Amino acid sequence: MKKFLLKKNGSKLPGFGLTLGFSLAYMSFLVLIPLGALVLYSTRSTPAGFLAIISDDRVSAAFEVSVLSAFYAALVNCFFGLAIAWMLTRYEFYGKKIIDALIDLPFAIPTAVAGISLATVFSANGALGKLLANFNIEIAYSRTSIVIALIFIGFPFIVRTVQPVLEDLDQEVEEAASSLGANFFQIFTRIIFPAIFPALLTGFALAFARGLGEYGSIIFISSNMPYETEIVPLLIVKKLLQFDYVGASVIGVAMLVCAFLLLLSINFLQGYARNRRGT
Amino acid sequence: MKRLLKLSLALLSTLAITLPVHAADPIELLNVSYDPTRELYRAYNEAFKAHYKQTAGKDVVIKQSHGGSGGQARSVIDGLEADVVTLALAFDIDAIVDKAHLLPENWQSRLAHNSSPYTSTIVFLVRAGNPKKIKDWDDLVRPDVKIITPDPKNSGGARWNYLAAWAYALEKYGSEDKAREFVGNLFKNVPILDSGARGSTNTFVQRGLGDVLLAWENEAYLSINELGKDKFEIVSPSLSILAEPTISLVDENAKKKGTTEVATEYLNYLYSKEGQRIAARHYYRPTDPEIAKEFAAQFPALKLITINDVFGGWKKAQKVHFSDGGEFDKLYTALKKK
Amino acid sequence: MSEVSNASDVKPGVKPRHFGNREPRWIKPALMSVVLLFMVVFIFLPLATIFGEAFKSGVKAYATAITEPDVLAAIRLTLLTAAICVPLNTVFGVMLAWAIAKFDFFGKHVLVTLIEIPFAISPVIAGLMFVLLFGTQGWFGPFLRAHDIKIIFAVPGIILATAFVTFPFVARELIPLMQEIGKDDEEAAITLGASGLKMFFRVTLPNIKWGLLYGVILTNARAIGEFGAVAVVSGLVRGETTTMPLYIDILYGEYMFNAAFAVASLLTLLALVTLVVKTIIEHYLAEQRKQVN
Repeated sequence: MKKFLLKKNGSKLPGFGLTLGFSLAYMSFLVLIPLGALVLYSTRSTPAGFLAIISDDRVSAAFEVSVLSAFYAALVNCFFGLAIAWMLTRYEFYGKKIIDALIDLPFAIPTAVAGISLATVFSANGALGKLLANFNIEIAYSRTSIVIALIFIGFPFIVRTVQPVLEDLDQEVEEAASSLGANFFQIFTRIIFPAIFPALLTGFALAFARGLGEYGSIIFISSNMPYETEIVPLLIVKKLLQFDYVGASVIGVAMLVCAFLLLLSINFLQGYARNRRGT
Repeated sequence: MKRLLKLSLALLSTLAITLPVHAADPIELLNVSYDPTRELYRAYNEAFKAHYKQTAGKDVVIKQSHGGSGGQARSVIDGLEADVVTLALAFDIDAIVDKAHLLPENWQSRLAHNSSPYTSTIVFLVRAGNPKKIKDWDDLVRPDVKIITPDPKNSGGARWNYLAAWAYALEKYGSEDKAREFVGNLFKNVPILDSGARGSTNTFVQRGLGDVLLAWENEAYLSINELGKDKFEIVSPSLSILAEPTISLVDENAKKKGTTEVATEYLNYLYSKEGQRIAARHYYRPTDPEIAKEFAAQFPALKLITINDVFGGWKKAQKVHFSDGGEFDKLYTALKKK
Repeated sequence: MSEVSNASDVKPGVKPRHFGNREPRWIKPALMSVVLLFMVVFIFLPLATIFGEAFKSGVKAYATAITEPDVLAAIRLTLLTAAICVPLNTVFGVMLAWAIAKFDFFGKHVLVTLIEIPFAISPVIAGLMFVLLFGTQGWFGPFLRAHDIKIIFAVPGIILATAFVTFPFVARELIPLMQEIGKDDEEAAITLGASGLKMFFRVTLPNIKWGLLYGVILTNARAIGEFGAVAVVSGLVRGETTTMPLYIDILYGEYMFNAAFAVASLLTLLALVTLVVKTIIEHYLAEQRKQVN
């Protein structure tokens, strides 16, 4: 088995069979078997039934809400993420270390906590909600609120993928361009942006993928209206509550496929970015 | 690193010691209930503990689980080992019978009053001074009124809301078509559909959204008491539905855990004078006539129809109105298309 | 997915370069204000809200709220879950990273993608899968019930769901690090006659310790905070199967907003500590990278 699996026997290191064996066993138990169960369960519906569930009005509306919200949030984050990364790599200012550390707060804070605090901040009685109400803007419970939650959840992805690339940028190229008379915007659009674009796209895809699956923070801040602000994960939960296991697993498999495709494209993008950076 | 290892070993061993302790001595009872009964059962459990200690001389620990009624039934079906269920409607307990066969089909006839020791109804909670002048169901279909109610597909309370509106329109306008139109117009005014009764109350009370909350009577009183008498008012419509939250022993679970006797006593005690008083104090309408008289001032008299009379029982109502592709789904698809 | 993974890429301590001479002067203040506004709205206001609401009714109410028996039980359960998931995922994560980083074998790329699946799918689906497997209506349900083994709606289910969502952190943190470090040191140790275990503890572990620690704290943060996956398998029994994030939801539904925020503030405090530890580790990782390069 071991000889069969290993490609080159160049490695003198021990423990291949042991570590791969144990970790694969653990992974099968924890990840692969449950995934298989989900897929298998969804086959209890016929292919036609599968399609019928996915194309049901309410389900497709939920997919629309989820995909669009995740997309808009990731888009907004591209701007803010890039701005933050730019600031962290190119400027010196007081409190930079703190800002840099706080960027990762969305990764460290439980989603439910993020949900209730964002809902409070943006609600009609909340700090920001009151302010916005003066301008007749109501954010809480609208589709915008979902985007808000996803902006919070997603922005570190962009910052953390773009930041290292910005740091690695070859300063000399910019200086050369500058000495040849290029102005800042030409340098940015012709040199900097192309260089960070793959990283930006990767960050976008990561934030988008995370946004598609997000549940904990959204249910506190969204109105959860069918057709309007109902996201796919919530619909899965609702199907579960109605004892509709097949429906839940079918939608689950559809999301799984989305996630898998996103992962593949992210891996491809990262590989591409790595090649470009020549590391 | 070694220290890390030692630390984790120490942690693991303390865990190993603490884990089995949970399965310790006193009788444990798990009551799986729905959202708005949290306060009721907190009080009732204390009373029952004392009562059981006194009569049977044994200690009993009562665990509570609360959530949307349908979701709670789902948990029991999936293996949450409830000894008793105290849910928002009979259909959810029927579902446990159908899908998991944990209790006999005739469960509802085993206890008095269709296994509803207390009842409730659906009322309107409006903001202080009733600025939108909401008096009855007809006011709810006015285009300037925003209504907060949970999703009938998930929440037991919301199903009662929906059926109460339907029953009102049926009685007033005389035909199913008119009723369908009326309920459609009503849901057009619903901007937020939470998945549970508690979520909706929060939306209305805490977040300040909507003009009227369709709520359990007990939930409406509770929110007034908890969150300020000067902020909200209760409006009782001319006609509403008699909401019968049902309770039952989950026979198979209790048998397995050897708790049948105490669980049965737990349910029976709800029908006792003391149990009825606790229910009334939490604004559930008691079924015991004597206690009902005692608390009569608390509950305004209004015309109450029952689900059996108007909708032919829960199974039928569920199938017609709330199943996938049923009336409610059609209503929402129609709303979406407008 | 590179959830915070880029520790190995980020190099704090690198002196920022000054482009001020080429960058138009208005850009810096404009950018700084935009970012500051963003940080205020998305970081500082939510943080202030959590602590503000938590202490709204005073310190005494706060203390009462977080010492309530059900809250204590939730804290215990949350810590228990983390205490089981974190070591498990650490040990297996290290093994997985070792196999992937040090050897070439067929199917490696598929495996690497599979590792990331728990990140990419909705936590709700993670919960759903375990219900389908171990629920009474699921594949193993009848067997489990017959043998009186409780998984779903009990502590094991919560631990399983949490272990699932936190599975990738350690491995994906270590794989790039181990690949970068290479295998020369280890091969030398083996050639000199060290046993496998000795090589691991003397050579490999010192090399990866900061990356490993980084993976561990991320695993820990997520294990403590998981909501969606746990919500599906919990059963919501007070004092028994409610973790801290679930209990926040429960308190929120009981009009006990201050108490909800009090529990939330504990988790937030933990998150802030995590960030501090993470920053320190990043510092050491950067040092280490300098040595490697």
